[in-house]
Amino acid sequence: MTLLDHLVIAPVVIPAIIAPLTLMVMRRRRHVGVALSLAGCVAMLVVALALFGIAQDDAIRAYPLGGWPAPFGIVLVLDRLSAGMLVLAAVLALVVMLHAVVTAVDRKGWHFHPLFQFQLLGLNGAFLTGDLFNLFVFFEVLLIASYGLMLHGQGAARLKAGVAYVVVNIVGSALFLIALGLLYGLTGTLNMADLGQRIAALGAADQGLIRLAGLLLLAVFALKAAVVPLHLWLPRTYAATAPVVAALFAIMTKVGVYAMIRVVPLIFGDAAGAAAWVPAPWLLPAAVLTAIIGFVGVLAARAMREQAAFAILGSTGTLLLAVSCWTQATTAAALFYLVHATLAGAALFLVADVTLRRRGQYGDAIVPSPRFAGQQATGLLFLAATIAAVGLPPLSGFVAKLFILQTSVTAEPWALIWATVLGTTLIGVVGFARSGSTLFWKAADDADPIAGADRSRAELIAPATLLALLALLTLGAGWATAQAEATAAQIYAPDRYAAAVLTEATR
Amino acid sequence: MSLEFLIASGIAVLTAGGVYLALRGRTFQVVLGLTLLSYAVNLFLFAIGRLVVDRPPLFAKGVTDYADPLPQALVLTAIVITFGMTALVVILSLRSFLESGSDQVDGIADAVPGPGQDRA
Repeated sequence: MTLLDHLVIAPVVIPAIIAPLTLMVMRRRRHVGVALSLAGCVAMLVVALALFGIAQDDAIRAYPLGGWPAPFGIVLVLDRLSAGMLVLAAVLALVVMLHAVVTAVDRKGWHFHPLFQFQLLGLNGAFLTGDLFNLFVFFEVLLIASYGLMLHGQGAARLKAGVAYVVVNIVGSALFLIALGLLYGLTGTLNMADLGQRIAALGAADQGLIRLAGLLLLAVFALKAAVVPLHLWLPRTYAATAPVVAALFAIMTKVGVYAMIRVVPLIFGDAAGAAAWVPAPWLLPAAVLTAIIGFVGVLAARAMREQAAFAILGSTGTLLLAVSCWTQATTAAALFYLVHATLAGAALFLVADVTLRRRGQYGDAIVPSPRFAGQQATGLLFLAATIAAVGLPPLSGFVAKLFILQTSVTAEPWALIWATVLGTTLIGVVGFARSGSTLFWKAADDADPIAGADRSRAELIAPATLLALLALLTLGAGWATAQAEATAAQIYAPDRYAAAVLTEATR
Repeated sequence: MSLEFLIASGIAVLTAGGVYLALRGRTFQVVLGLTLLSYAVNLFLFAIGRLVVDRPPLFAKGVTDYADPLPQALVLTAIVITFGMTALVVILSLRSFLESGSDQVDGIADAVPGPGQDRA
C-alpha cells in the first residue's frame, strides 16, 4: 500500500487528532485552539477534494483497517458517493466554523471546537465505513457530539429540547442495535458487501425475519432523517439550538438519507428475495407527507429558526420523493438535490442568525420591527436563501427540482411526485414571501431604529459564501449532473462494490 | 422450560417495561425506561450468537463446535455506549429539572412545583 492509499482514513484521523489538541490548548491559548480547529477544517477540505479526485477513475477502493481481510475486519470504502459526501461535509463545516468564529458563538463555552471536530469525525466515518456495526458506532460518535453542540450556550428552553432530542436518539440507537442483531443472527456478518451476498442465499424460513430487520433498519434511518411520522423531534431541536449549530445539523438529516441510499441498493437490492426493496412501499407516502408538513410548517412558522427547521424537513421530503423510486436516474437527481438542500438549509439558518443578531429584542420572531442596521443586506441574503430553499430560478434548487421531475416521469407514481413537488413549492413560496415581507418591509409604528445592533459586516460573509456556492452549483449544473449520474451508476452496481471490498481483502 | 424461552421472555419483559416507562411524562421514569430498554437490547445482542453451553469462545485447531465470540464484542461496545448515554441523560434531566423547576419531559410546570419537593 502506498501513502496515497492511506489517505482514505485521513478524514477520520484528522478530527480525531485535532479535537483533543483543541481541548488541551483552549483554556490557556484560545487563539491557538481556534487556529488549530480552522486548520483542521481546511485540511479536511483538502483531503476530501483529493479523495474526490481519486474517486474520479470510477474504481471502488477498500481500506481494510489493521490489515484484516474484509468480511472479518472492518473496511472503509472510498467510492464516488462517499467522496462526494466528504466534500459536502467539509465545505459546510468550514463555512459554519468561520461563521461561528466571526460571530464569537464559539466563546460561549469551552468545548465548542472539540465537539465540532468530534461531530466531523462521526460524519466522515459514517460516510466512509463499509461495515454496519461501524456505521452504528460512527452514528453514536456524531450524535454524542451533537448533544453537546446542541446544548452549546445553554438556557432552559434549549435544555428542555435537548432532553427530548437525546431520549429520541437513544431509543433510535436501541432500534438500530436490534436491527443489527437480527441481521447478524441471520447472516453471520455485518460487512455491507458480504451481507448483500448472504441475504440472497437465505432459506425460505428466514424471509420474514430479514424483512423485519430491513424495515427496522430503515425506520432508524428515517428517524435520523426526520421522516414523517418520526419527525417531531426536529423542529423543536433545531429551533431551540444556536443557529450556527443548526446550520451544521443541516447535514445530519442528510446522513440518514445517505444511509438509505447506501444500504438499500447494496443489501436489499434485486437479489434479496422477500426483502428486495423492502422500504419502497412505505417510503413514498412518508416522503409525500414529510414534504407537505415541512412546507406547511414554513407557512405557519412564527420565528425564522423554526421556519428554517421546517424548510429542512420539507427538503428531506422532496429528496426522499426522488429516492423512493429506487431507479438509477431518480437517485442521480436525488444526489444533486441532496447537495443543494444541505447548503440551502444551512444558508437559511445562517441568515436567521445574522438577522436575529441585528434585531435586538425582536430576535428572530416573524413580527414587524423598527428598522435595523444592515436591513438591506440581510434582506437580500434572506431573499436569495429562500429562493434557493424553495427552488425558484436562478439558483440551483430550480435545476435540482427540475431534475427530479424529469427523472421521475417514467416512474409508476409520477403524478403524485409531480403534484407534491409543485404544490409544496407553491406553499413554500407563499410562506417565505409572508415572513420576508413582515421581517424586512413592514416597519413597526415607533420608527426609532433599533440601537446597539451595529454589527460587523464580516458576519455576512459566511451566508453569502453558501449562496455563492449555490450559484456555482447552478452554473456548473452540467458537470454536477454528470457527477451525480456517475455516482448513481456506481450505487446501482452492487456487484462491483462487493467485488472491490471482498477481493481487496485477499491481497 | 428451555433456555431460549427463558431468555426470550426475559427480553420481552424488559422491553415492555422499558417502552412503558420511556413513554411516561417525567424524566426520572424516562431514564429508567431507557435503561431497561438498553438492558433488553444488550441481552438480545448477546443471544444472537445462539445460546450454546460448554463450548470454547474462540476458534482453536481441532475444535469444530465453538461459541460465536463476535456478539460478545458487539455487546461490549453497546454496553459502553449506552452506559455513557445513560450518564449523559441523567445529568441533562437533572440540569433541566434544576433550571425549570419541573421534571416534566415537555416542560409544563407542576401544579405544586419546586425542586426538592418529593412527589412519588
